[in-house]
Amino acid sequence: MVEATNPESLWSIFIRASLVNNFVLAYFLGICPFLGVSGKLQTAGRMGLAVAFVMLIATVCGFAIERVLDWIDAPFLNLISLIAVIATTVQLIEMFVKKVSPTLFRALGIYLPLMTTNCAILGVALFQSNHGYGFLQAVVFGLGAGVGFWLALVLIAGLREKLDLVDPPDLVKGTALTLVLAGILSLCFMGFSGIGGGS
Amino acid sequence: MHTTDAAASEPGVFANGIWKQNPVLVQVLGMCPVLAVSNTTINALAMGLATASVLILSSATVSLLRHWIPPQARIVTFIMVIATFVTCVDYLVQSISIELHRALGAFLSLIVVNCLVLGRAEAFASQQSVRRSLADAAGMGCGFLFALLCLGTVRELVGSGQVFGYPLLGDRYQGWAIMLLPPGGFFSLAGWLMFFRWWTLRRHSASGSTFQLSGPTDG
Repeated sequence: MVEATNPESLWSIFIRASLVNNFVLAYFLGICPFLGVSGKLQTAGRMGLAVAFVMLIATVCGFAIERVLDWIDAPFLNLISLIAVIATTVQLIEMFVKKVSPTLFRALGIYLPLMTTNCAILGVALFQSNHGYGFLQAVVFGLGAGVGFWLALVLIAGLREKLDLVDPPDLVKGTALTLVLAGILSLCFMGFSGIGGGS
Repeated sequence: MHTTDAAASEPGVFANGIWKQNPVLVQVLGMCPVLAVSNTTINALAMGLATASVLILSSATVSLLRHWIPPQARIVTFIMVIATFVTCVDYLVQSISIELHRALGAFLSLIVVNCLVLGRAEAFASQQSVRRSLADAAGMGCGFLFALLCLGTVRELVGSGQVFGYPLLGDRYQGWAIMLLPPGGFFSLAGWLMFFRWWTLRRHSASGSTFQLSGPTDG
């Protein structure tokens, strides 16, 4: 039986998932939307929120799926069921966004359906089972990871908006420049290590 | 998005994936595992091989089934096929070396969401014959492996003075710990991208043709 074996406090889980082990800057999950939709601050903020929401749902689903599969003794189906649930959730969100805000739907473009293949979302669902969290801990973990993703996306979008005003050499324009920025941001986030207790 | 020359023969398709359309260094696809597990050469090699085998197996399957997959449900079908092969490879690695499995961690399972694998299934394998899909998958897989090795070698060499665990730079070399940590991944990938851009620009200016470098396209 899968049991909650991790005694970590909720606050510590939140801080560690959002800042110390930031999904984008320390675990390299969700790099593609991070590079792709971080051109404008507003779009990036909304995309971050959408991803954070799906991450929260994926964590809860991951938690439930693991219990069910453990009960029917079929742990090898974990990955397949997780990805199916995530794909369905993303499809629902896509329909919801299309209905509520067509402008946002156009701004997010291809990155909305591509959330299915966003490694941050599958990653958060997989990690929570590796950590052995209980239900409440898993929810806080998903929330923290989502907040961390949103924060990283908004930070890099702000930096890139400033970069529009400068004239970099031809060679570094585009992805390379964004990657260097991300590296510097990742260096800054390393300064958080040690906060929240534990490693 | 990807120009797949319909007239190119199988060897041409294969070579295209390794160099001209290199998935990581030219198309900027599948970045997450590239950055995350390239801190040592051996991890990079294992991850590259695992991804390449999933890519080849899933491309072949998708290509075999291409006439039976309904277009509305194709993405879901592709993902299911990929997830099945990833589960197989995950158990295979676990049976070969438990340390390696631990070092790669969740990133082995995360091959499912590697946009390179899904991208090739969608853009190539679902429209082409099995042989051409195999050539394309093998080329892209080798290109991915090549890029991972590029990054892994540089990061391990600069970070700890070793390659595949053999000390190349001598005992007195002080490793740059930063290259093994997350920021090093971003910096070295930026360096490789710049190098490839410089290389392509130089070649194209020599031949006198105009050239547009593709940016990050998707997932």
